[in-house]
Amino acid sequence: MDLKAILQSAQGAVESAADERALEEVRVRYLGKKGELTALLKGLGQLSEAERPKAGADINAAKNLVQGWLASRKDSLGASQLAAELASETLDITLPGRAKPVGGLHPVTQAVQRIEDIFVGAGYAVVTGPEIENDYYNFEALNIPAHHPARAMHDTFYFGDGLLLRTHTSPGQVHVMESQQPPIRVICPGRVYRRDSDMTHSPMFHQVEGLVIDKGISFADLKGTVIEFVRLFFEKDLEVRFRPSYFPFTEPSAEVDVQCVHCFGKGCRVCSQTGWIEVMGCGLVHPNVLEKSGIDSEVYSGFAFGFGGDRLAMLLYEVDDLRMFFENDMRFLRQFN
Amino acid sequence: MKFSEKWLRDLIDPGLAHDDLMYELTMAGLEVESVEPVSGAFEGVVVARVVSSDKHPDADKLSVCQVDDGHAVHQVVCGAPNVRAGLVTAYARIGAVLPGDFKIKKAKLRGVESSGMLCSAAELGVSTDADGIIELPEDLPTGQTLVEALSLADVSVDLNLTPNRGDCLSMRGLAREVGVLSGKPVNATGGVVIPASIDTTFPVELADPQGCPRYVGRVVEGVDISRPSPLWMTEALRRSGLRSISAIVDITNFVMLELGQPMHAFDLGRLNERIVVRRADEGEQLTLLDGTDVQLDADTLLITDTAGPIAIAGVMGGERSGIQADTRDVFLESAFFAPLPISGTARRYGLHTDASHRYERGVDYELQTLAIERATELMLQIVGGSAGPVVETVSTENLPEPVQVRLRQRRLNELLGVDIEPEVVDHLFERLHFKLVNRMQDAHEGVIWTIEVPSHRFDVSIEADLVEEVCRIHGYNNIESRMPLTHLELRKVVLERSTEAQLKAQLAGLGYQEVITYSFVDPRQVDLYDPTAQPMTLANPMSSEQSVMRTNLLPGLMSALQTNVARQQSRVRLFELGLCFVPGEKLEQVQMLGGLIWGDRLTSTWHSRSELVDFYDIKGDLEHLLNWAGVKDVEYVKVKDEIMHPGQSAEIRLGDRKVGRIGRLHPEIEKKLDLPHPGYFFEIAGDTILVRPRRLHTQISKYPSVRRDLALVINEAVSAFDIEKTVREACGAVLIDFTLFDVYRGKGIDSKEKSVAVGLTLQDPSATLTDAEIAKHVNHALQALQQRFDARLR
Repeated sequence: MDLKAILQSAQGAVESAADERALEEVRVRYLGKKGELTALLKGLGQLSEAERPKAGADINAAKNLVQGWLASRKDSLGASQLAAELASETLDITLPGRAKPVGGLHPVTQAVQRIEDIFVGAGYAVVTGPEIENDYYNFEALNIPAHHPARAMHDTFYFGDGLLLRTHTSPGQVHVMESQQPPIRVICPGRVYRRDSDMTHSPMFHQVEGLVIDKGISFADLKGTVIEFVRLFFEKDLEVRFRPSYFPFTEPSAEVDVQCVHCFGKGCRVCSQTGWIEVMGCGLVHPNVLEKSGIDSEVYSGFAFGFGGDRLAMLLYEVDDLRMFFENDMRFLRQFN
Repeated sequence: MKFSEKWLRDLIDPGLAHDDLMYELTMAGLEVESVEPVSGAFEGVVVARVVSSDKHPDADKLSVCQVDDGHAVHQVVCGAPNVRAGLVTAYARIGAVLPGDFKIKKAKLRGVESSGMLCSAAELGVSTDADGIIELPEDLPTGQTLVEALSLADVSVDLNLTPNRGDCLSMRGLAREVGVLSGKPVNATGGVVIPASIDTTFPVELADPQGCPRYVGRVVEGVDISRPSPLWMTEALRRSGLRSISAIVDITNFVMLELGQPMHAFDLGRLNERIVVRRADEGEQLTLLDGTDVQLDADTLLITDTAGPIAIAGVMGGERSGIQADTRDVFLESAFFAPLPISGTARRYGLHTDASHRYERGVDYELQTLAIERATELMLQIVGGSAGPVVETVSTENLPEPVQVRLRQRRLNELLGVDIEPEVVDHLFERLHFKLVNRMQDAHEGVIWTIEVPSHRFDVSIEADLVEEVCRIHGYNNIESRMPLTHLELRKVVLERSTEAQLKAQLAGLGYQEVITYSFVDPRQVDLYDPTAQPMTLANPMSSEQSVMRTNLLPGLMSALQTNVARQQSRVRLFELGLCFVPGEKLEQVQMLGGLIWGDRLTSTWHSRSELVDFYDIKGDLEHLLNWAGVKDVEYVKVKDEIMHPGQSAEIRLGDRKVGRIGRLHPEIEKKLDLPHPGYFFEIAGDTILVRPRRLHTQISKYPSVRRDLALVINEAVSAFDIEKTVREACGAVLIDFTLFDVYRGKGIDSKEKSVAVGLTLQDPSATLTDAEIAKHVNHALQALQQRFDARLR
């Protein structure tokens, strides 16, 4: 058989090999020990000295040629096989993953943590206190003696024996002042209780009390702290105004109104069309309260403020009914996860 | 405190428009809560006189009237029972618009033409009186608009007054305050002195001069009780939120509104011998004006006569001595009662009256004579009669002392954080009627003022009160704000404790949703979830469902579960961290963490079928938390717990201390709650899970570890805990990990036994373990298990 014919048939065989096994058979048939080209090489001996070099070179060239064809065919067969394999492993990447559902923190907790973070950053300590208090800590020590008309503002839950559910977190002030000497910088978050229930009142709600006592603390310091806090909490450059008010344990006392976070003062449902939202009470600590806790009011002065954690959470998350917070409907709670 | 703006403006012209006046009041601490018009919105209504009134020919209840409106006479058909010739009333002309956009047109009523309409007070939104058409004073000029005739271009303003501002509970006080704010002059109220025209007096004795240091009384004889209150007075009362009752009662109420002095009028004919102001005898009885009978206690200050109590002083009068239809002679009371006894009294009897409201906040103790003169003036005008002399019974030593208070300029400026010019303070004191007693200059303090507090201010007694007054009038918003200056102190971060926030984040990561539930619960819930507890009970709960304090977290968690099951949630995981209240010799307020799981383990999706949670889900979560906290050596011990499934629950112990419990609710409870699947919970003391034992490094062995697995057959009753404990004791420190990775019961295993597969990981810190050593350790473990539990290799 002549070389040309062998090459031609080898080329055809390489191209038509469908997979790697068929290709191997082709290699054996032409290049194997008993292969056609190998046979030609073995037959070189029968040629004359003169013919032998050229014939040998021709056969070797042919052999290289076939090897090249085999190699390139092998590459192309491998690539298509890989492609087929990959195709068979294709997933619907839009199907949802194997996730564990996460839980989350109550929106009031989140708001209170945010408040804590803001104050802790300025060196305030966070303290907590008991929720069942006695008359002394909730009232007497805060300059609210028995029969004081201000008690009527508190709608207190009583147990008898002088025990009651704290109506504000202000008893926290007293505990701190009794156990610590100035300078004092604390906030006291926690549950408080009053006999009141409607869209904006719950018999249990959350307050955050703040107290700063040091030499030279002034009303200007109180204003600066409150205004800065409000703006940081809402991340809005809100107007803040102070209105004279009355709390027996502070003097001067103020109510703080904030420009409505929803309408920026234009008037809307959230602010009852007034443009303002009442967010907290505050004032300079009454000298009687300082003295009762053993702090010299001639040397030290201080300010205190208290605001509703639930109220701030309502404004921050645009919740319009306070009672939602205590229904614990997971569909409601998950919105804040 | 509700008042008519027009009345206030009659007393002072502040030079401010309505909105500005409201703003100034609010910003001075007299918060304007609401502003309401004093009538409905209407136009085209005038004063008219009924010239004649005849029966309608075809309708019994209608009258055909001729009405003169000052321009012409109109025929009007009217259905009011009180229509009559000569009556001056409100006439809505053709084209008038009444409240509710009701237009008056020409009409025919039962065949008779009617041009316009005669109106009732209710139809005009002036009051709720719908009994007949409005009856106006006869001297009003016909044709005048009703708005003008009744001064209806007015509003009722409701102030939310703080308890310290009792001095603003009157028009006189409000005008004084607005005068301070605006710097404008205030018109005088009262001041007319009515000389006595008769000699009659009635004796008064002050048996409790601390409670009542001053009692001013006056007799007015021969009054005509049938004469009505004039319209101007009933309108003034109405706009201040008070109802007209009778001329004499209206006069006492009017004087209270005008001057701030509560007054009482007794029927002189029904008083016996003399008035004694004294404390009650325990058990004395009194029927009050409103008809209720009260049993009096010994703390109550009374007005009495020789026949017994006739009024609770400063709170409410009694029925026996009150003004009645046949009253001819009146005894007027204008007294000063000390604030303290009144506030206690009003609260004890649940009687909050306009009088007690004022007395408990403090009434000007120099106002009594002025008020009684004013009331006499009005009585003689309205119901006639002759006045006796004003008789004052007083215990001077028990009257409040005029208080002198000192203000130091240095202190003022320090507390406010701004420098206020002394002249500004001088001016403020003047406007506030604070009488300057002394003004001196001190090298250290600057100006020192000493002022005397006027008798109408009960809220000023110390320097801080003056600081507040200066701050208030100067304007809170005129004080610049700044941040407190302080030393940069570093914060202590406790090493061996986690924060609540960190704990909550772990729980959220485990898929738990935080809930906040009420601390007070239904006593039936405590019976269910803590049957032996005696919870703290509220004396005055809002409802029985919120009347006792929770002793554990289950009432709230379970209610929240029920809420969510009712709202079609199929997978519920909740937690709460909060105080529980355990009474005992000493009340304990313990912080507890509770978790509750119910329903699907995972939300069912394309890759997982829905499976219900079981005991090991909640246990795995709790173990995760304990590992996170670093709590070691926790024991789960089976105990009898009435509210839990006896076979799927445990007490959690740390050494000898019970720190919580875990497991499935008792199926009986699940049934009671109508839960379609079992619920599992854990409860653990907050101080257990919030501690974070200090972590310390121990050297990690660089030699290889080996693991040997053993398949054991062991008695069914032997717990995994006991197996682990035995193996650990037998192997000692070389055992660095123990895992129980299979439990098998069934074919090939006796029914009283189980097959348990355990993996022992062994490692020596200082050498590679040889096969012989490994075999020795494993044999120790096997022998121990064999000895203690008769275990054998499978």
